[in-house]
Amino acid sequence: MGKHNITLTINGESVSAEVESRLLLVHFIRENLDLTGTHIGCDTSNCGACTIMLDGKSIKSCTYLAVRADGAEITTIEGVAEPGTNSHLQKAFHDQHGLHCGFCTPGMIIRSMDLLKTNPNPTEEEIRWGISGNLCRCTGYNNIVKSVQQAATEMAKEKEASV
Amino acid sequence: MIPANFNYHKVSSVNEAIALSQKLGEEAKYMSGGHSLLPMMKLRFATPEHIIDISKIEGLSYIKEEGDLLKIGAMTTQTEMEHNALLKEKYPILGDAIWLTADPSVRNVGTIGGNIAHGDAANDQPALMLAMRATVVAEGTDGTKSIPIDEFFHGFYMTALEPSDVLIEIQIPKAKKSSGGAYVKIERKVGDYATAGVAVHIELDDSGVCQQIGIGLTNVSAVPMRLERGEEILRGQKVTDDLIAQVGQVASEDCEPESDLRGSEAYKRSIVNTITKRMLNKALERARQ
Amino acid sequence: MFKCKTSPEVGGMGHSVKRKEDARFLHGKGNYVDDVKLPGQLTMVLVRSPYAYAKIKGINKEKALAIPGVLAVITGYDLKEFNLHWMPTLLSDTQMVLPTDTVMHQSQEVCAVIATDRYIAVDGAEAVEVDYEPMKALVDPWKALDADAPLLRPDKEGQKDNQIYHWERGEREKTDAAIAAADVVVKERIYLPRIHVASIETCGCVASYDKDTQKMLVYMTSQAPHAIRTILALVAGHVGLSEEKIRIIAQDIGGGFGGKVPVYPGYVIAIAASFLIGKPVKWIEDRSENLVNGFARDYHMDCELAATKDGKIQAFKVSTLADHGYTDSSANPSKYPTGMFSICTGSYDYEHAFAELDAVYTNKAPGGVAYRCSFRVTEAVHAIERMVDKLAAKIGKDPAQLRFENFIKKEQFPYESPLGWSYDSGDYKQTLEKAMDMIGYDDYKKEQAEKRAQGKLMGIGICTFTEVVGAGPSKDFDILGIAMFDSAEIRVHPTGKALARFGTKTQGQGHETTYAQILAEELGIPYTDIQIEDGDTDTAPYGLGTYGSRSTPTAAAAAAMAARKLRAKGKKIAAHLLEVSEDDIDWEVGKYFVKGAPEKCKTIQEVAFAAYTNFPAGMEPGFEATHYYDPPNMTFPNGAYICVVEVEEETGAIDVKRFVAIDDCGNIINPMIVEGQVHGGLTQGIAPAMYEGIVYDDEGNVLNGTLMDYLVPTAVESPHWETGHTITPSPHHPLGAKGVAESPTVGAPPAIANAIIDALSPLGIEHLDIPITPAKVWEAIQVAKAKA
Ligand SMILES: Cc1cc2nc3c(=O)[nH]c(=O)nc-3n(C[C@H](O)[C@H](O)[C@H](O)COP(=O)(O)OP(=O)(O)OC[C@H]3O[C@@H](n4cnc5c(N)ncnc54)[C@H](O)[C@@H]3O)c2cc1C
Ligand code: FES
Ligand code: FES
Repeated sequence: MGKHNITLTINGESVSAEVESRLLLVHFIRENLDLTGTHIGCDTSNCGACTIMLDGKSIKSCTYLAVRADGAEITTIEGVAEPGTNSHLQKAFHDQHGLHCGFCTPGMIIRSMDLLKTNPNPTEEEIRWGISGNLCRCTGYNNIVKSVQQAATEMAKEKEASV
Repeated sequence: MIPANFNYHKVSSVNEAIALSQKLGEEAKYMSGGHSLLPMMKLRFATPEHIIDISKIEGLSYIKEEGDLLKIGAMTTQTEMEHNALLKEKYPILGDAIWLTADPSVRNVGTIGGNIAHGDAANDQPALMLAMRATVVAEGTDGTKSIPIDEFFHGFYMTALEPSDVLIEIQIPKAKKSSGGAYVKIERKVGDYATAGVAVHIELDDSGVCQQIGIGLTNVSAVPMRLERGEEILRGQKVTDDLIAQVGQVASEDCEPESDLRGSEAYKRSIVNTITKRMLNKALERARQ
Repeated sequence: MFKCKTSPEVGGMGHSVKRKEDARFLHGKGNYVDDVKLPGQLTMVLVRSPYAYAKIKGINKEKALAIPGVLAVITGYDLKEFNLHWMPTLLSDTQMVLPTDTVMHQSQEVCAVIATDRYIAVDGAEAVEVDYEPMKALVDPWKALDADAPLLRPDKEGQKDNQIYHWERGEREKTDAAIAAADVVVKERIYLPRIHVASIETCGCVASYDKDTQKMLVYMTSQAPHAIRTILALVAGHVGLSEEKIRIIAQDIGGGFGGKVPVYPGYVIAIAASFLIGKPVKWIEDRSENLVNGFARDYHMDCELAATKDGKIQAFKVSTLADHGYTDSSANPSKYPTGMFSICTGSYDYEHAFAELDAVYTNKAPGGVAYRCSFRVTEAVHAIERMVDKLAAKIGKDPAQLRFENFIKKEQFPYESPLGWSYDSGDYKQTLEKAMDMIGYDDYKKEQAEKRAQGKLMGIGICTFTEVVGAGPSKDFDILGIAMFDSAEIRVHPTGKALARFGTKTQGQGHETTYAQILAEELGIPYTDIQIEDGDTDTAPYGLGTYGSRSTPTAAAAAAMAARKLRAKGKKIAAHLLEVSEDDIDWEVGKYFVKGAPEKCKTIQEVAFAAYTNFPAGMEPGFEATHYYDPPNMTFPNGAYICVVEVEEETGAIDVKRFVAIDDCGNIINPMIVEGQVHGGLTQGIAPAMYEGIVYDDEGNVLNGTLMDYLVPTAVESPHWETGHTITPSPHHPLGAKGVAESPTVGAPPAIANAIIDALSPLGIEHLDIPITPAKVWEAIQVAKAKA
């Protein structure tokens, strides 16, 4: 059935491809672009393992057609920080033991990036609601909350230092 | 889970959308956020042959007051509504609902237009629209039409929209001085569709008499429903605890829930009673501020 | 308290060092099975039965095969040609790989579509036409033994009814007599429903058979790769897949919790498909396949607890009906068909106990898998902890007080339990006291009294559990005859860095860090210098894998023992280098020194170098050691959990106000990781307590087979957990450690259930089965009010 040429920017690089109408963005990212850090954990848009950043907002890439991402700017976990460095969130997840098996982690980090952008100083409750579309089966969430709190604090400090 | 094959079409104007939909016929479906439609396609509950992507149409994403109306463009995402200063200040009922709708990533994509056009009594916006007496503005082959919300929902996933109609705007009477609204839903866990939800919008006059009242219910009927009998009880009356209790009772009687995984019919009727009362009180409190 | 022997840089036991494995996960570089992409790889999608019980009258492959890209549709008949259509389960039952004539549960595998791509394979599966003749399904296990029940397994020789087995432990007569004579007896039928682990990564594999080399390489999400390889060799040896030709690689696993122990038919079909086609075949479950085709629990337990009038427990009896679905595919040690259920006597000292169990077939998916506890400890603990609370309520005694009065005392360890376990160590009193202090038990009691006076529903729930983990001693524990030891192999390189490999398989527990810490503790080599590997059957030493909290009791012990072998060898080398006799050498972390002359010393790194360059004459060169650890006993971690809830009478809404968990898992390798494991386990405790449960209708259809309706808690449902620990080292474990990761999943549900039921007790409610949802609470309140 229908094929479409799309061009988009992913982790700073421009890519062009021909895609089928029904190709899901998550499969495009994982299978066509081999960026396997974005995961799949459900069929019903509930788990958030597939969360990516599209035009500055976290979205569930399993519920988005690849063809609709034409012209979009996408960040996946692979593009969150320069190679060999950690973003504040990556560092905080490491420091606070915010991950066990790591399967939910890319989605959690991307989602938390969006959360901290719209709410740089969230309460514990706001963090919990803010990541409620991302399931983690391992950590019990306590340390994910702490990770987001640490990142928020460090980002605020950095911002303060830069003004 | 993977959708069945279909053909994707992108359009950049409402007219283009309508013309294309006309051409492709019944087997074409509009997609705005796609967060109701695509999940159904992935499970193959929906197998449209054509998808017309209307999300790239410019100019349909806005929130503004104009004349007597609050106008929300159909393509406004739920996240945009959540963070909108005007809505936060004057229409907190929308914030109540959006906070309880799905999760932030879904709300980043799902649109108000899609939430209403989907015609699903489990969605949260229909009850709000019924309570607030919204008007749905759509464009179709025979021009622009304004559909009062009471005439909008026809059945399970069925609305007054013709297949080629594009919902372009929601119009809500502007918030009056002593008016207030509130929404809550009982859910099994965060992000779940409602076990039951109640939206209340109330307007008082200076003496505290209820001038206008709207009550909408979520997911306790096949078609999004307005609690007309309950509204009757309050209209023109000074609202008392006793009247509120009566409305709660009526709500539990008039709703049409079914027993399912979310709970028994009796349980749902009972919580509809409780949350109707709570939302009436909360709306009143807001109206009196 | 545990005192660290090493510096933070060395990072031995007791240090909360950060995890070594994090970097790859934080940057999207984990290697999960669905990330595997081999040249020419095909995809397999399974067609599954819409019926719970049906004859298959025909399968029409044509329309599917007509789709470009669909290469094959494999049915039971295709496998039958190779005698691969059935496979044995771990408990000497049999399970269909693909059916030839009958499907026994909804969503059972019916046939497999192999295609060049995922999307085409799904289209192919949609296009396969299966002609079913539905039959009346046997769904209710209580009807399984009725005379008119259909005989579900006529294929099994000698099977005359639907009973799989009867099991019992303890003294029936004495227990019955004690119950008959007791002042007080409380009774309850307690049901723990089917639940599913729902790790965020589903199961899957990529099987790749090379027709030229005749080798089968399988990437698999397996918690027990060696066991899987052995089983495969037993199942498929006759077609030429002998054990040395099979290589299983379990890379990163996105959560296991026991769901990745079994051999699912999908694995065998993918392996068979690759074997037939000669190309790599990938099979990844979707979420519904995952949720519907395996389960934990499903025990109906009739409990009786007898006591004196002032609450001294005298006897406990439990008779259980276990619904296993159409085959018993429990992953249990062969002599323990009901796992460690006989731990059900709990943390209390009394004489008489009896437990019996009847397992039956129904038209449901097989399972008896795990949910962060594979061996039925959760069921056992739920039974006793609910009953103890029921007893407290009945005689009007504070449940904490009742527990204190019945605890096994510290001095009584090792304690022989009435059902035959030898508890290794514990200080139950101290642990409960600590939990009560931390939560402020007395204050909550006062608050509760005040709230009750105002007609408000507030509850406090306690669970003081004893777990039994670390299977297990070879005299009792085996799987398919293979003793349940585990292994470690250490190779110290000439420069003093090391590589160690294990027979267990990490799935998020942090073994790459904790095992390195054990070696750091024993050898003084910094944990950062030690690389840990597992999961590849071609390289790792044989072991039975990670589940049942067994890694610390078995493999971690093996690591310590192997390291001690190295240390002994190192001593000889050090003596040689320092030119003294071995008897004159002493050890302190990281170095050997001459007794009385500590300045004369050799570091472990110097000794390692010498092992390759300058070893004593006659000594075998190199610095490597292997140990297979056969534990002398199980370990018995325990804990005291307290939960405070408020319940809203009008809606049944439940608000978990506080939850304190004090665990005693002996000596702790990495406190940060242990705490993290406890948090995770607690969320997997509140999940079955309040949210999760697989729901069947009367036809045997699963009604909630997606994450939309199977309610895995989010960060909002999951409370802010408060944790702590007491330390009673295991006397028989080389490091004094016990397993921990399942304790919270075992201990939390009864604490929560007890709290909610305590809240409802003023209304006369005495028991509710989990999951206790607001809807269930509301219904119970209506019934109670109608009665009153
Ligand atoms: C995991 C998950 C949880 C959710 N939970 C909730 C919840 O709790 N409450 C809730 O209310 N919603 C929930 N939703 C639905 C979500 O809010 C949807 O995004 C929203 O209902 C639909 O908006 P959409 O823009 O995505 O619509 P689409 O999916 O694009 O469209 C839905 C339907 O409306 C039609 N349509 C869309 N836009 C127009 C238009 N402008 N003119 C004419 N027809 C149109 C489409 O043809 C389609 O039939 C959930 C969704 C997900 C994935
Ligand atoms: S894969 Fe679960 S939400 Fe996208
Ligand atoms: S760390 Fe395993 S799912 Fe979150």
